Amino acid sequence: MRIDLEPRPERTLALDIGAPVIALAVAIIFGGLVIWMLGKSPALAFEVYFITPLTESWSLQELMVKACPLVLIAVGLSFCYRANLWNIGAEGQFIMGGLLGGWLAIITHDEAWQDLIGGWWILPAMLVLGAIGGALYALIPALLRVWLGASEILTSLMLVYVAELGLDWLVRGPLKDPNGFNFPQSVVFDDIARLPFLAEGERLHAGVLLALIVALVGAFVFARSIFGFEVRLIGEAPRAARFAGFDDRKLTLAVFAISGALAGLAGICEVAGQIGQLTPKISPGYGFTAIIVAFLGRLSPIGILVAALVLALTYIGGEAAQVELSLPSDMTRAFQGILLMCVLVADTATRYRIRLRFGALA
Amino acid sequence: MKKTAFKLVLASAVALAVCSAAFAAEKLKVGFVYVGPVGDFGYSYQHDQGRLAMQKALGDKVETTFIENVPETDSDRSIEQLARSGHKLIFTTSFGYMEPTLRVAKKFPGVKFEHATGYKRSENVATYTAKFHEGRYVIGQIAGKMTKTNTLGYVASFPIPEVVAGINAFILGAQSVNPAVKVKIIWANTWFDPGKEADAAKALLAQGADIITQHTDSAAPLQETEKAGKLGFGQASDQARFAPKAQMTSIVDDWSSYYIERTKAVLNGTWKSKDTFGGMDVDMVHLAPYANIPDDVKKMAEETAAAIKAKKLHPFKCPVLGQDGKPVECKDGKALTDKQITSMNWYVKGIDDTVPK
Amino acid sequence: MTSEMFQLILMTVVTAATPLILAAIGELVTERAGVLNLGVEGMMIMGAAMGFAGAYASGSTLIGALCGIVAGAFMAALFGLLTIGFAINQVASGLALTIFGIGLSGLLGAGFVGLKRDPPAHLHVPGLSDLPYLGKLVFSEDLFVYVAFGLVAGVAWFLTRSRPGLALRAIGDNHQSAHALGLPVRRTRFLATLFGGGCAGLAGAYLTLAYTPFWSPGMTAGRGWIALALVVFASWKPWRLVLGALLFGGATVLQLHAQAASLGLPGQLLSAVPYLATIVALLLLSSGARKNAAAPAALGQAFIAPR
Repeated sequence: MRIDLEPRPERTLALDIGAPVIALAVAIIFGGLVIWMLGKSPALAFEVYFITPLTESWSLQELMVKACPLVLIAVGLSFCYRANLWNIGAEGQFIMGGLLGGWLAIITHDEAWQDLIGGWWILPAMLVLGAIGGALYALIPALLRVWLGASEILTSLMLVYVAELGLDWLVRGPLKDPNGFNFPQSVVFDDIARLPFLAEGERLHAGVLLALIVALVGAFVFARSIFGFEVRLIGEAPRAARFAGFDDRKLTLAVFAISGALAGLAGICEVAGQIGQLTPKISPGYGFTAIIVAFLGRLSPIGILVAALVLALTYIGGEAAQVELSLPSDMTRAFQGILLMCVLVADTATRYRIRLRFGALA
Repeated sequence: MKKTAFKLVLASAVALAVCSAAFAAEKLKVGFVYVGPVGDFGYSYQHDQGRLAMQKALGDKVETTFIENVPETDSDRSIEQLARSGHKLIFTTSFGYMEPTLRVAKKFPGVKFEHATGYKRSENVATYTAKFHEGRYVIGQIAGKMTKTNTLGYVASFPIPEVVAGINAFILGAQSVNPAVKVKIIWANTWFDPGKEADAAKALLAQGADIITQHTDSAAPLQETEKAGKLGFGQASDQARFAPKAQMTSIVDDWSSYYIERTKAVLNGTWKSKDTFGGMDVDMVHLAPYANIPDDVKKMAEETAAAIKAKKLHPFKCPVLGQDGKPVECKDGKALTDKQITSMNWYVKGIDDTVPK
Repeated sequence: MTSEMFQLILMTVVTAATPLILAAIGELVTERAGVLNLGVEGMMIMGAAMGFAGAYASGSTLIGALCGIVAGAFMAALFGLLTIGFAINQVASGLALTIFGIGLSGLLGAGFVGLKRDPPAHLHVPGLSDLPYLGKLVFSEDLFVYVAFGLVAGVAWFLTRSRPGLALRAIGDNHQSAHALGLPVRRTRFLATLFGGGCAGLAGAYLTLAYTPFWSPGMTAGRGWIALALVVFASWKPWRLVLGALLFGGATVLQLHAQAASLGLPGQLLSAVPYLATIVALLLLSSGARKNAAAPAALGQAFIAPR
């Protein structure tokens, strides 16, 4: 038996939008099957996972807070991935951004001169530093690739571990809170060094707005700008791009810098928004989850917005499921994997007709 | 048509949930937040054992829930989830939950929170931790007696005060019966990574240590120790099943009596925020059954444990000599204060390393 | 340092390197056929869980190892279906498999937490095993180590001296031309993927059967990702892969020894050494040879039969 793929002559809008929705439905059915095998009610699980979180203002806010870093990082990754450059190190760039921005918050903490010249500049400076930190860190694998042809997959991945260890060492050492009983954490940031909250409840922070803006800008860049066109062309038809005179070395550096900057921005937003201090671990794997989000959103910034919200929903639903149904946390992970696989298959279905042929696999 | 059916399903599901909630209105809902998997057979596992013991002891009066694998920097939501779903008492069992617990507690003044191993409290946030170092002193004595090479191996996790105090108590206990003893420490930089912990144990064994102890959570170091034909101590839970020939005893975190006490307090309405630093006297720390040691060593260990339990012996009784040989400040002349112990970041005399910064 | 200690240290390096070698040699074959499988971690952890389950249920380490291989191959078959059957982007599929595998292993392995087994016996060759300095190292390892080295030798021979191996490499270098020549592109890739998954499963099973004989969620601790890095580091050459694994395993183990010997360096710096060493080694290799040396040219590209 083999699967034959025939390219479709044209992509219809109905299929483009319908396919991921069908994929979601299929994934839910698969997930329901697994849940039923675990001895729980799939209907109840469906409600807890998908319906309840969408019905309360609190969980809607949490949805956006959780999606925020995913959107920022994934939009950045879409630039790299569209150009066929596999930045797997977004997690490390996230950490570096959070670290550099957080460092500023720590050294300006509680200083008397804030009363004199004000502290209004601290937060914007933190955000800028966050983006710079991430961008510089991403340029390392980019430069190694451009100069030496070193695989960016390997270098960016190794640098993730280096960044994690670096953060760990700094937070347990030089950046430790002197009044913190030697526990590994920095001082809690001043209010002036925190992202402002957008709603009561002190959870929905301004980073969410930033993420939305970044997604819209990203969509615009891809659709309307020369640079966006360059990136898409390098990925889809590299020879044509070179004939057109686009310099792929400069492009490599540019997309890595963008991706790193956005990941770093996500890092400082998370630190200044949710966490409020530097701790030995500041990311529960956002850099890797964002890779999934980027693909779920088919590398398009608007798609990424939607995909990030859907994935955030599975996290929040998963926690609710643990509380209400005692479903293990592994279930959430397994479901996310299934969802991604279904969406990817659906994506193929929009571009190709799938035919099953019986006979030898060739 | 499909829409109506969907609404019907939704409505009945909601009705079901409401009915079951109404049914449960009598019970006190108690929530637990774990940083690792319940199946780690170490730290989170022991907290869950405490939860199960409390559920058993209080039966129909309580209903317990837990969320596991909650990353510390992304925990506000999980804690709030519990608070929002009717839990009136919530235990957050890892240090990194400190700020998130305080934040959520501010929003839910009617809910009581208990934060393990932290130091910040508020009106509805209490803190609790156990005097693990008391257990360390006892096993230190056993180690001092049982070692033939006078080199003890320590697989440590992170240089936080609790771990450093544990190392110090361990060596003090060992020195009290064997002044020539030395300890080699490896910082695994993880609470749980069986492969790495096994490698650390192997390295210590290769460097001549013949007694291995650990402050990491898996049973891997003990298994390595048994493979090498040597002896060691388990951590957080009784790990004898993993290494019956090697485990002499284990320091067991026993949270059950504390959990029962605090839940009862909420049921009675007598709950107040406080700091609990409980040791062997309140059974928050106890030692697993002794094995693989001769009777006289067993007797010594039992006597020491009993003395600590009766508060007659303090692991950090003065004078405690620092690495420079000078006695550490001792305000009441008898023993180091709880505060000194919970912020310990220095080694005692006899340890040749320096505490990693 | 006594000869005993020297040997023990080297043995720890070898055992630390073994799961990496097993997973990486499989991935090397997969990548040589042009398939980039980022799902190694997921396949490895499934192998770890199912390997332990199988061994515990049957009482035999061998059956456990087989279960691990089958589990890894099953996950690889799923990956193959997605990437070769449906021509889906390989990076995305690999990640999906990793997440799915981690979650599934937790669900399936839940019943086996807290159980333990005895580790398998080590080889003992009378006379040879007792030689000083190298006796134990060479003649007293457990079976998995010998299988790992055997696999490397087998793969090296296969890729350079056998017809199917050369065909596989041709497919990895230019799948369109290979197809035009009549080589079975998709079947070869699928089989290569299965082999890679089986090896990853075996690597995972090694962890729960011999390295630390119990199962706990998340046991592989990222080794699958390291194996991926090692394949690139090795420039897709089997024996260089062994060198890389020993280097990496060695750096990891040596930093622990450095601590035990009280060298006084911060633990995080020592822990970072293996990763930094891998980058440095890669740079040295890359700057020596041509740019992007030896990567199978069609790596990561989906193959859709032209009509």
